Amino acid sequence: MSSGRWLLAAAALAAAAHAWAVPDAVRGEQVYARCLACHALAVDRVGPRHCGLFGRLAGSVPGFTYSEAMKKSKIVWNDKTLDRFLAKPLAMVPGTAMTYDGVPDAAERADLIAYLKRANEAPPCSGRARE
Amino acid sequence: MSFFQMTSPVAARRMFLGQSGLVLSGAAVALLAGRDALAAKTGGATGNDVQILNTALAAELEAIAAYQAGAESKLLEKSVLDLALSFQGHHKAHADLLAKTVAKLGGHAVAAKASYGFPLEQLKSQADVLRFAAKLEQGAVSAYLGAVPLFGNRDLSKAAASILGDEAMHWAVLRQALGETPVPSAFMS
Repeated sequence: MSSGRWLLAAAALAAAAHAWAVPDAVRGEQVYARCLACHALAVDRVGPRHCGLFGRLAGSVPGFTYSEAMKKSKIVWNDKTLDRFLAKPLAMVPGTAMTYDGVPDAAERADLIAYLKRANEAPPCSGRARE
Repeated sequence: MSFFQMTSPVAARRMFLGQSGLVLSGAAVALLAGRDALAAKTGGATGNDVQILNTALAAELEAIAAYQAGAESKLLEKSVLDLALSFQGHHKAHADLLAKTVAKLGGHAVAAKASYGFPLEQLKSQADVLRFAAKLEQGAVSAYLGAVPLFGNRDLSKAAASILGDEAMHWAVLRQALGETPVPSAFMS
């Protein structure tokens, strides 16, 4: 292969890697399937609803019974705090009722957060007051 | 004949129903083995273990209610209704053993909610009910997978893995009944 073709191939690979690295809500929806035993967007289940998640104080959904640990955590949910929590929930909030080992892959966490953001801007979340 | 050699979802369901007693017995034996070990030695268990068991119990209680809602929807043909009730029975067995284990460890088992807010208005057909159940089962497999490494007591990890296996079979059978690839990948996450 000529050096020009090598360069083109390398550029294509770099572009593909970049595309994969950009958080993708569609892939994130597939990751969210792991959450569906306990969570839903619009209703509280074993875990609290995810509508209104961004900017919400942890442990603050009215009527949902949280662990004491989560109520005292003072976390406000945003990209950064969600990424830390999803990586290892019990490491960030020891005593949380979310007894789940976490999503170890950073790209998957980014995709999941992208999905949650998109879902919060669409039905059934859109139009709801922050809860 | 292997489940995977079944030519139709109906045949697969019949085979699964015929074998489900055997499958449940296997899971129960594993769980009972874990409980026996706990009776002899609870030192490996932690307060965290009680919380993990209670979170799993809450999900099992919701699954029981979900299958009940599906069974009462009048959308299921007889064979599918039988399948749903069979799976509901498994979840009841899981919940019963989880609750007893929480008590054995000195905790208070969570109770079922009065209502769960299932999206019943979105269930218009048998396929909708099956798809709803399949999503819950897939989530349950992931939830147990995320819980297995967290237990302080390895017998509890073993018991949770036993339940995981049962619920993975539920998910596969429900996918098969929907005409989907029953086992879509080599690994679960």
